[in-house]
Amino acid sequence: MTHTLSPPTEAAPVPELRATPRRRRLGPGTPVPYGRLIGPALILAVWSAASATGWLDPRVLSAPWTVIDTGITLTQNGKLPESVLASLQRAGLGFLFGAVVGTALALAAGLSRVGESLIDGTVQVKRSIPSLGLIPLLILWLGIGEGFKIVVIAIGVAVVIYIQTHSSLTGIDKRYVELAEVVGLSRARFVRQVVFPGALPGFFVGLRLGVTGSWLFLIVLEQINATSGIGYLMFQAQNYGQSDVIVVGLLVYGLFGFLSDAGLRLVERRVLAWRRTLA
Amino acid sequence: MAADVGLTAVRARNLVRRFGDRDVLAGVDLDIAPGEFVALLGRSGSGKSTLLRALAGLDYDVAGSGELRVPQEVSVAFQDSRLLPWARVLDNVLLGVTGSDARDRGRRALAEVGLSGRERAWPTELSGGEQQRVALARCLVREPVLLLADEPFGALDALTRIRMHDLLRELCARHQPAVLLVTHDVDEAVELADRIVVLEEGRIGLDVRVDLPEPRSHRDPLFQSHRDRLLAALGITEGVSS
Repeated sequence: MTHTLSPPTEAAPVPELRATPRRRRLGPGTPVPYGRLIGPALILAVWSAASATGWLDPRVLSAPWTVIDTGITLTQNGKLPESVLASLQRAGLGFLFGAVVGTALALAAGLSRVGESLIDGTVQVKRSIPSLGLIPLLILWLGIGEGFKIVVIAIGVAVVIYIQTHSSLTGIDKRYVELAEVVGLSRARFVRQVVFPGALPGFFVGLRLGVTGSWLFLIVLEQINATSGIGYLMFQAQNYGQSDVIVVGLLVYGLFGFLSDAGLRLVERRVLAWRRTLA
Repeated sequence: MAADVGLTAVRARNLVRRFGDRDVLAGVDLDIAPGEFVALLGRSGSGKSTLLRALAGLDYDVAGSGELRVPQEVSVAFQDSRLLPWARVLDNVLLGVTGSDARDRGRRALAEVGLSGRERAWPTELSGGEQQRVALARCLVREPVLLLADEPFGALDALTRIRMHDLLRELCARHQPAVLLVTHDVDEAVELADRIVVLEEGRIGLDVRVDLPEPRSHRDPLFQSHRDRLLAALGITEGVSS
């Protein structure tokens, strides 16, 4: 015996070849251009059709064209611009004060141990009380005027911005702290060149949540007790059964929410240009 | 072979660093002469990084004792490039550098590592090797008397690592800092260093001078013998048994 291993007597079976089988695709496939608009357009179509055939009672929901008409009328007689201005002023002032206070508190708590001891616990306690829950107490203190509304919005906004900003200030990567120590940065330069830029993304998340929150608080406040503003307009319409005015109000709220968020995103993209490079 | 006491870049005597009840450094004596390139080898957990962090002054919350003298001008290269993602390349190089000619010096340092023209780039736009080169420029621009490098090429691919070795050798020849390079790569150590020390159980075990003709080649039998000796010191005997 010369071979302990005999060569294979039969060739290995030749696999039968066929055209490359198409794999079943498991992902959702190529995106449809402007696909996201299809859903809303469909709803609009169904709404229009239901209104046109008389199947939808205008007392339940006015026809789309009635809503547009009403919007134009309300704009021309000055009621809508006046309400929009009143609402914008409340939300804007509340957001502004809230953002300033929230950021200032976050800086004080994030950059010093004294600030942390005094502020952080307090804000965390406040956080567990919904801002809208403070309304009765604040009415007792401030009455139901503009000041009260602005304060409620500002408190809500401040807490949201505080939480995001503070957590990003204290969450700076330890590796960067080490780097700053190694290159011998002063404390002021460390804060300016490492801590602030590093905390900026969190700050913007806070701003965006805050701006959305300010609209939310506004809506609630304007429906409780107000004599002007979009919410007041809608509340009155509810009393008179004018569903078209209510829909106009909702559209305006939606538009504000969308535009303010889009505006902030634009600023964010500019300021955080370095982030665009992280795909 | 220790240099004159007055002429050392680093002088450590009986250096002890303790984590819990474990002496990670149990009395390290180490001198590095000005301009000397020392590679520090050791098994993982042998205290290489602890020693480097002690020299870098980054161990303020670690218990320990001993005498340690390092120069004022120390630069540290980390394993990750550690560039601030929100600062452009030139601003990363100049982090903590002051002076009216700072930007010119930064540009020159970038040119030296072959990154002219990338001053305005964001770190994330660079490849891993380029990022590590920016980190080298950041070390250089400070004109360090001592350069501490903690496995700076560990995260790079093999080809990029070869290029970085050449670059580092060239830069060190030109600027003449004393270097302590922490690495676990024996070949890297033999290729680059004037002297190799091996950390064993918290003390300097082996301390050898590498006198090889330049350019150093892996095929050189002397290179091989250094390599085998160091691997043996690290507890690895290569398979000649079969």
